[in-house]
Amino acid sequence: MSEAIKELLYKMGDDALVLGHRNSEWTGLGPILEEDIAFSSLAQDQIGHALALYTLLEKEFAEPDPDRIAFGRDEMQYKCCHFVELPIGEYDFSLMRDFLFDHAEQCRFTSLQGSSFAPLAALAKKIKGELKYHTLHGDLWVTKLGNGTEESHARMQSALNECMRFALGMFEPGEFENELIESGVFIGENALQQEWLAAITPIIEKAGLTMPDLSKIEAEYGGRKGYHTEYLAPMLEEMTEVYRSEEPTAVW
Amino acid sequence: MNEAHVIDALRHVMDPEIPTLSVVDLGMITGVVETDAGVRVRLLPTFVSCPATSVISANIKEQLERSGFGNVEVELDTEHSWSSDRITDRGRELLTAFGLGAPVQIEGVLDMDQIEHATCPHCGSTDTVMNSMFGSTLCRSIHFCNNCKQGFERFKPL
Repeated sequence: MSEAIKELLYKMGDDALVLGHRNSEWTGLGPILEEDIAFSSLAQDQIGHALALYTLLEKEFAEPDPDRIAFGRDEMQYKCCHFVELPIGEYDFSLMRDFLFDHAEQCRFTSLQGSSFAPLAALAKKIKGELKYHTLHGDLWVTKLGNGTEESHARMQSALNECMRFALGMFEPGEFENELIESGVFIGENALQQEWLAAITPIIEKAGLTMPDLSKIEAEYGGRKGYHTEYLAPMLEEMTEVYRSEEPTAVW
Repeated sequence: MNEAHVIDALRHVMDPEIPTLSVVDLGMITGVVETDAGVRVRLLPTFVSCPATSVISANIKEQLERSGFGNVEVELDTEHSWSSDRITDRGRELLTAFGLGAPVQIEGVLDMDQIEHATCPHCGSTDTVMNSMFGSTLCRSIHFCNNCKQGFERFKPL
């Protein structure tokens, strides 16, 4: 059982860490000051959520300390999905990505409140409230820009089209899926994807955007098994530079 | 050990980001227990990613040890979830006096109305608009008052 829970915590933590790092790349570059602050805050929250999940791994399963988990692993050991690895691109892409990701997180943590693994249930309850700000932020801007000018509408639609196959990759089933479902730890990726679709579809409609035909899209899988896009390695290189430059146990 | 004395001492431990508000008024203290060597305090962190939590823990230890409560341990309460509803009435007054809008009571349900509608801490008007649900720290949002024409920040309801 513990291997199954560990796998779940690692992928959730890695998604939060990698997207948090990506979103932090907007600090100082946001299209308007409020969005600069918003993406910086989203990043801060996401990295904090990664820390909380890695701390559970350390406390409950005697895994290495959170800094070592975050910065001291090889690329193959990261279990994030491809979606979070992609470069920030233009603001429309980053906004759409965060909107789709935040709703998936919201669904995930909402369902995990009832997890049979008590420490994760308690953390999920705590994180869920904060995620409300993330989803409301995404809903607000996706709706505003989807219904904005011809250009903003077109850009949001093309961002949605571009994101979708990667977004579906968030729900790549893990190796221990049945075990997690049967033991009541987690509802499973398939059920989660359905909840996510039910959450985002009305917003996408409200934004005047067209949902891509999901039956024609092949989800981008591989991240949960340690196979990543070409973008992850350079990002890790940069993200772990300070950690690698010192003795791993150095205090600074 | 007298629990009330410990709580009184904790009224001097302030939030580093809101220096008029103590950890007691923020509703962050969920337990005070006597130990063989002194006292153990349970601290409920506010926002999961708040960078001030470790500073607050260190400040609690320092303050209580200086006040003569022996060896002080601070244990993070990961069992419960903090909500802005835990901020005391006195805490709300102190927030307003500090120039930060106070959060409304959410009673378990957080929606856009509660996030958007803030009372101006400067003039008390409710004729305000939200400019951004993210502010200079994780616990603040940015608003503007149509009545006194001033921008202000508000402690987010959570």
